[in-house]
Amino acid sequence: MTEHPKTLFDKIWHRHIVVPESSAHPATVYIDLHLIHEVTSPQAFTVLRERGLKVRRPDRTLATIDHSTPTLKNTDGSRPFVTEQAEKQVDMLLANTKEYGIETHGFDSDYRGIVHVMGPELGATQPGMTIVCGDSHTSTHGAFGAIAFGIGTTQVGHVLANQCLLMRKPKTMAIHVDGELGDGVSAKDVILAIIAEIGVGGGTGYALEYRGSVFENMTMDERMTVCNMSIEAGARCGLIAPDEITFNYLKGRKFAPDNFDAACKDWASLATDDGAAYDKEVHLKAEDIRPMVTYGTHPGMAMPIDGMVPAATDEAEEKALGYMSMTAGGPITGAKVNRVFIGSCTNSRMDDLRSAARIMKGRKVIEGVTTIVVPGSEQIKTEAEAEGLHKIFTAAGAEWREPGCSMCIAMNGDKAMPGELVVSTSNRNFAGRQGPGARTVLASPETAAAAAVTGVITDARTLKGAA
Amino acid sequence: MTFAPLTTITSKTLVLPAANIDTDQIIPARFLTVTSRDGLGEHAFHDWRYTEDGSATDHILNTDDAKQCKILIGGHNFGCGSSREHAPWSLTDYGFRVVISSEIADIFKSNSLKNGLLPIVIDKRAHEWLLDNPGADVTVDLESCEVRLPRNGGTYKFEIDEFSRHCLMQGVDEMGYLEMQADAIKAYEAN
Repeated sequence: MTEHPKTLFDKIWHRHIVVPESSAHPATVYIDLHLIHEVTSPQAFTVLRERGLKVRRPDRTLATIDHSTPTLKNTDGSRPFVTEQAEKQVDMLLANTKEYGIETHGFDSDYRGIVHVMGPELGATQPGMTIVCGDSHTSTHGAFGAIAFGIGTTQVGHVLANQCLLMRKPKTMAIHVDGELGDGVSAKDVILAIIAEIGVGGGTGYALEYRGSVFENMTMDERMTVCNMSIEAGARCGLIAPDEITFNYLKGRKFAPDNFDAACKDWASLATDDGAAYDKEVHLKAEDIRPMVTYGTHPGMAMPIDGMVPAATDEAEEKALGYMSMTAGGPITGAKVNRVFIGSCTNSRMDDLRSAARIMKGRKVIEGVTTIVVPGSEQIKTEAEAEGLHKIFTAAGAEWREPGCSMCIAMNGDKAMPGELVVSTSNRNFAGRQGPGARTVLASPETAAAAAVTGVITDARTLKGAA
Repeated sequence: MTFAPLTTITSKTLVLPAANIDTDQIIPARFLTVTSRDGLGEHAFHDWRYTEDGSATDHILNTDDAKQCKILIGGHNFGCGSSREHAPWSLTDYGFRVVISSEIADIFKSNSLKNGLLPIVIDKRAHEWLLDNPGADVTVDLESCEVRLPRNGGTYKFEIDEFSRHCLMQGVDEMGYLEMQADAIKAYEAN
C-alpha cells in the first residue's frame, strides 16, 4: 500500500494546480484540452474582442460544429439549416476559430462530429488530462481517466484567454458495480440504473469514479456511454481508470503521444491507490440491473423495462406521469411509439450502431414510426458504411443521416411533434427537450431498435432469435 | 462581463415549486442559436408562458407582479441539465438577482455567480417556508450572508464561496483575477 493513497481524481487534480486554493480564493486549475462548438462560444469570443485578449493556447483548443447543423443534405450538396440564425451561428464559429488560429473540423473535415465523439477519435482526449467544453456532456471524456467537465460561456472565455479555470475541489464518490451483466443489458442500462439509484441530484458537488468488474470489462464506447450521463446524476464529471483497453483505443490516433509506451506507463500509474478514501461510496450488483427505460421527465425516473411504472412520490412526479401519459402500476411495454432516435453523444458510436443493427437486421420499421439513425461523426459514418450497417437501417425503413447532435437537443430542426412518444438513445427526457410537447423515453440502442420494429415499447430480449 | 454590484436586496419572491426544474425549462434549446447574450428574458420559461401559437398562458411569470420580483424560489435541485449560460442570462434579463433552493445544480450555480445572479442553497425549513409563502417580502443580505424572512419566518445564514461573494459585491467576473496570474500560468506551462 502506498503511504498516502490517492484517488484517480486527486492524482489528476494535483497535477493541474497552478495556484492552490485557500479560504480566500479557489484553485487556479490548468486545462489541457478545450473543445469548442458553435452554441456556447460566440459570446466568449465577443468578450475576448472587447477586452483585446488573445487565445492563449490555440494548440490546446479544438473546434467543431455539431448542435445547429442539419443532418440532411440537399441534392445540390447544400445544407438545409433550420433558420438563418442557426447558419449564422455556424458561420460565426468558423470565422472565430479562423481568426484565432484554432484547429476546426467543419463540413470539409473527415473528423467533424459531435464534439464528444470527435475528441476521442482524434486521440486528443487522453488519460490524466483536464478537459473542458461549453457542454455538460463533456463528462464523456472521463471514460479515458481524465477530469472532464462542462462549463458555461463565461468560463469558455476564461479558458480561451488564460488556459485556466478557478475551481474548488469537488468531493469524490466511488460507484462500484461488480458481477456479470445479464444478456441484453447494455452500458446505457447500467448508467440509467445508477442514476435511478442515486437520483438526479445525487452527484451534485461530487466527481464520480466508476469502479468494478463491469466497467473494467467494458469497451471504450461503452465506458463513454456511462461517463456521458454522469451529469444526469448531477455530477460534473465521472471517471474510469485508464487500462490496456484505453491504451489500445488511443494507439495510432492523430494526437496520440509520440512516445506512446512511456505515456502508457505514466497513465497506468493514475489508477486509484489501494486504501484511498472517497467521500462517499455506492454499490450496485450487476446481476440486479435489467434493461432500463425512463417513464417520467427527468433521467432519474427510470425503471426496468419489464417492470411496472412506479407510483409518483410527489407533485412533480405526478405531473410528469401526466405529461408522459403513463399509468402507475401498469407495464411500460406496449406503449405506442411515434418516433425512434438512435444517436447523440451518449449512443452514436460503432458499438451502439452495431447493437441497433443486430435488432433491425431482417426486420421492418413499423409504418408511421419515423426512425432516424444519426452517426456521431464522419468517422463513424464511414466505418458504419464500410460494415454495411447503413444498409441494414435503410432496408428496415430507417433514415441514415449526417452526423450531429440532432434530436437529442432538437435545435437543428430534427424534432418530434407535440404529444408524440419518442424512444431515444439520448441523455435527457426533460419536458419539451425533443420538441414542445414531445414525450421522451430514454433507452439503449437495442431497446430503441426494438421499438422501431414493433411500434411499441418492447423488451428487445423477447425478440432474439426471431430475426 | 460586469454587472450591477449586489449587496442587499429586498423583494417579493416568485415561487416555482416543482423539483428538478431543468435548464431546458428555463430556456428551451431552440432559442440557443443566438450569438449575443442580450434580450433572453422574453424566452425565460418560454414553454410555460406561451402556447404553441405564441399566445400567453396565465402562468404567474406573465403577470406584471412577477416582473417586479427579484428573488426566485425554486424547488429542490434547481437548474439541473445542460451547461447553457443562456439560463442565468434569461433569468437576469427577466429581472431576477437571486435564486433560492434547497439544492442547486453545480454548473448552473457556477454560471449564475458569473452573471450577478446569486444562487443560495438554504436550510430545508427555510426553503419550505419560502415555498409556502409565495410573494413574501424577503431580504437577502450578501454582507452578512443572511436571508431574512418576514413575519415569524426567521433569519437564516447561507454559505457562499468568499471569492464569489467578493466578485458579486464588486460587480466583476473572474477574468481580471485570472489575468493577474499570468506569471504563475507561464511558470506552470514551462514545467
